[in-house]
Amino acid sequence: MGNKTEIWQGTLALMILKTIETLGPLHGYGIARRIEQTSGDRLSLNYGTLYPSLLKLEQEGAIVSEWGVSENNRKAKFYKLTRNGRKQLARETKEWDQTTAILARFLTPTEDQP
Amino acid sequence: MRFLRAWVIRFKGLFQKSVYERELAEELESHLQMHIDDNLRAGMSPQEARRVAVMKLGGLDPTKEAYRDRSTIPLLESFVQDLRFTFRQLRKNPAFTITATVMVALGIGASVAIFAFVDAALIKPLPYKDPPDLLFVTETTPTIPRAAISYPDYLDWKKLNRVFDSLDVYNQRGYFLTTTDSVEDVTGARVSDGFFRTLGIAPVLGRDFYAGEDLPEAPNTLILSYASWQKRFGGKQEIVGQSVTIDETPYVIIGVLPQNFHFAPVENAEFWTTLHPNGGCLLRRSCHSLHGVGRLKEGVSMGAAMAELTLIAKDLEQQYPDSNRGQGATVAPLAEVIVGEVRPILFVLLAGAGLLLLIACVNVASLLLVRSETRRRELAVRRALGATTSRLIRQFVTEGLVLVLVGCALGLLTSHWAMQLLMGLIPSDMMAGMPYLEELGLNSRVLLFAAIVSFFAAALFSLTPTFRLLSLDMREGMAEGSRGSAGKVWRRIGSKLVVLELTTAMVLLVGAGLLGKSFYKLLQVGTGFEPEHLITLRVRAPVASYGKEEQSVALGRQVVERLKNIPGVTSVALTSTLPVNINGNTDWIRFVGRAYNGEHNEVNQRQVTSDYFATLHAKLIRGRTFADYEDAGKPGVVVINQALAKKYFPGEDPIGLQMGDTQLSPTSIREIIGIIDDIREGPLDSEIWPAVYYPFNQMPDFEFAVVVRTAKAEESVLPSLGDAIREIDAKINISGETTMMKRVNNSATVYLHRSSTWLVGGFAVVALLLGIVGLYGVIAYSVSQRTREIGVRIALGAQRRMVYKLILKEAGVLALSGIVLGLGCSVIAASLMRKLLFGTPPWDVATLLSVAVVLGISALLASYLPARRAASVDPIKALNEL
Repeated sequence: MGNKTEIWQGTLALMILKTIETLGPLHGYGIARRIEQTSGDRLSLNYGTLYPSLLKLEQEGAIVSEWGVSENNRKAKFYKLTRNGRKQLARETKEWDQTTAILARFLTPTEDQP
Repeated sequence: MRFLRAWVIRFKGLFQKSVYERELAEELESHLQMHIDDNLRAGMSPQEARRVAVMKLGGLDPTKEAYRDRSTIPLLESFVQDLRFTFRQLRKNPAFTITATVMVALGIGASVAIFAFVDAALIKPLPYKDPPDLLFVTETTPTIPRAAISYPDYLDWKKLNRVFDSLDVYNQRGYFLTTTDSVEDVTGARVSDGFFRTLGIAPVLGRDFYAGEDLPEAPNTLILSYASWQKRFGGKQEIVGQSVTIDETPYVIIGVLPQNFHFAPVENAEFWTTLHPNGGCLLRRSCHSLHGVGRLKEGVSMGAAMAELTLIAKDLEQQYPDSNRGQGATVAPLAEVIVGEVRPILFVLLAGAGLLLLIACVNVASLLLVRSETRRRELAVRRALGATTSRLIRQFVTEGLVLVLVGCALGLLTSHWAMQLLMGLIPSDMMAGMPYLEELGLNSRVLLFAAIVSFFAAALFSLTPTFRLLSLDMREGMAEGSRGSAGKVWRRIGSKLVVLELTTAMVLLVGAGLLGKSFYKLLQVGTGFEPEHLITLRVRAPVASYGKEEQSVALGRQVVERLKNIPGVTSVALTSTLPVNINGNTDWIRFVGRAYNGEHNEVNQRQVTSDYFATLHAKLIRGRTFADYEDAGKPGVVVINQALAKKYFPGEDPIGLQMGDTQLSPTSIREIIGIIDDIREGPLDSEIWPAVYYPFNQMPDFEFAVVVRTAKAEESVLPSLGDAIREIDAKINISGETTMMKRVNNSATVYLHRSSTWLVGGFAVVALLLGIVGLYGVIAYSVSQRTREIGVRIALGAQRRMVYKLILKEAGVLALSGIVLGLGCSVIAASLMRKLLFGTPPWDVATLLSVAVVLGISALLASYLPARRAASVDPIKALNEL
């Protein structure tokens, strides 16, 4: 695990929301696998930390949950994005983009700087 | 917004914990299953698949823990847990719970009830504008510190002073209201025109008196009190402008006063009219019938007002030496005059209730301490299971809070009930003089007081076991068997608390003892007559039919005659003023043939009928009393009391001498025919003033009091008296029918002494009980801790007697420290309440000694039981317990 990155505080919620938006309603295990795959296995994720985050998002009204059946016929709780959640995702994505853009400019030297 | 939503859901989560737990368990189970499925597909063995899945999850329990914290509010949740635990603890130990709550409830209840009285009387602002600027203004004489002011003096003071924005006067008087079917007695007051403006009061209906409405030629107008408007006129708006007949004269109602208005000096006056100075007393500078209220100009102090009025009074003294000699001026805050003599008593009662609260709290605190001792094992277990110190402290705080909240709620109920009880015990005559008590109740200030008291109690109750806990920490490294040393620490704190309790109990007991002794002394005061089997009542006849002197004399004779014929009545007499009432209604006298320097010889003046002294069973010392035939047609005669004879004729015989008014005007000259032993005219605790008794038939009045001596129980005769007098004329008004004993016992002085004695006595008895229970607790605990030691001593040959001595010595040291400290504190406390003591010094040795003895014996009894238990310790058993 030496060269794997720890998840930044606060970014996990954004990843969860983006995952659900991309793949549609999904269970916790699916979300966890997807986040790991998307990072190209470069993130070290304790799957357990996902559940308090999911509960928090649900309490805030960004997602709703519903029991259903998985692709392998297992009973599972599926999470679905709400309208509020979509708005929250859009807003946080924008904020994240701005933050990274600023940081990128800050950290990478450009031509007009000697 | 979304944070709020999250918090609401988390709060709800507190109550749906099992739902959350179940859902999470299922969700994690399905998570693991899916992960295991994938791992199996990847070719792992079943055990390996599960192990990797669980590891990747980060462990089942930490996940659940994190999830749980998110699903509810952890701090609140632990509070709810503490609360549940507290209630379980309290239920498990009902003896402790009941004792502690009852003590807290008692302490809070008593102090809140007394505080409510203090609030109503002293804290709640008077219902006037800027009450601190209002001064009570009146004249003063060498014998009467707060005398009345005469109308001409008032006019001069008003004109000459530069310290008041306005200065007005009032006096109390009764009226007769003529209604369609009867004549009713109505309380009232007369005021100068600006009286209500000076107080800053505007009528709620109609208008105020206008300037000049108190001049002789002004029309007769009347303002109603709110209560009177409601009671007599049904609260009708159209009452303004209507006319009523009072004292056989039509008056126009012009306004109604606000509901919360009260003015204690005139009691609950219903009808307010203006002064109409068109004759009689108001025009004479020597006739003092009014009291003043002034509103200070901005920036003027009370001292400046006093100085200015004193100067004006001095000028008037020089200008009118005959009437104004010795007439000074005095001012006082109006609030002080309105609250009157209950002020010091309220402070004493509040202090008493406060001490009771203190002793109750200390007792509960030591109970908690004992309990924390017995809970050491529980605390050790909880700590071993991972409870932090702060969590344990939070548990104590929760317990303290619950105890105080329950106690406070019960205490408020108790105080409400106690207030009703105390109010019910106040005689209606006294209540009339304290209208401010009518709004007594659990208002915001009283509740704030209860909250503050509860806060301190809760702090005490949670801190005591906390300190105990922290002291436990320090010795954590010690062996678990270090029971003895922990017990010693508690015994040290506990015994200090007990000394505090005993000291407090001692102070309260001494206070109660001194008050009780004063009360006893007061009742032993000689009245100069026999108050048993006497009935008194007041008669007021209509001035139109009885105003002339011969009419009044005839009425007086008729009343005496009628009442004498009632079976059971042995004798009847009339007087202008009943005894044990007031030093006042005075006269200035001068003796014929004596040098006179113009000083006012002030004496009580009474007009009585011939049988008055015989009816009272007063003792004639020399000479004779009047005869009934001595009326206006016969030479003027007077009887004087012994105090007058002693003051003006020491070593001489005044019988046969003549006296008269300050001018010795011929009509005022009378011969002294007898000396009567002093009759107490004023309250029981007042001094005897010189008094002159005139024959009623030579100075008659249509208003007088009747004294009836009965052969049998007063109550059997009392109801028939009023009817017998009304048979003479239905328009005669009768009031105040009661027995002399009741009059004396319900007089303000006796009532105040009696009530403070009973209340402080009650506090003291409870305090004594609490203190003794506290002492018993400490000694009993100490014995239980020392069982082993005592067993060893006995095994080694100690006598039972020695064991008794050992335990009683421990108790004796505590009791003795309490008593010695208590003695010191008592004398200090008693000197603070010296004003309330009558004929008893604050250091009254008999009281102090007997209280010390009572406390000592009680302490001995309380420690005897544990001492006996200690002496009967079976050494074999005690040693086996090792």
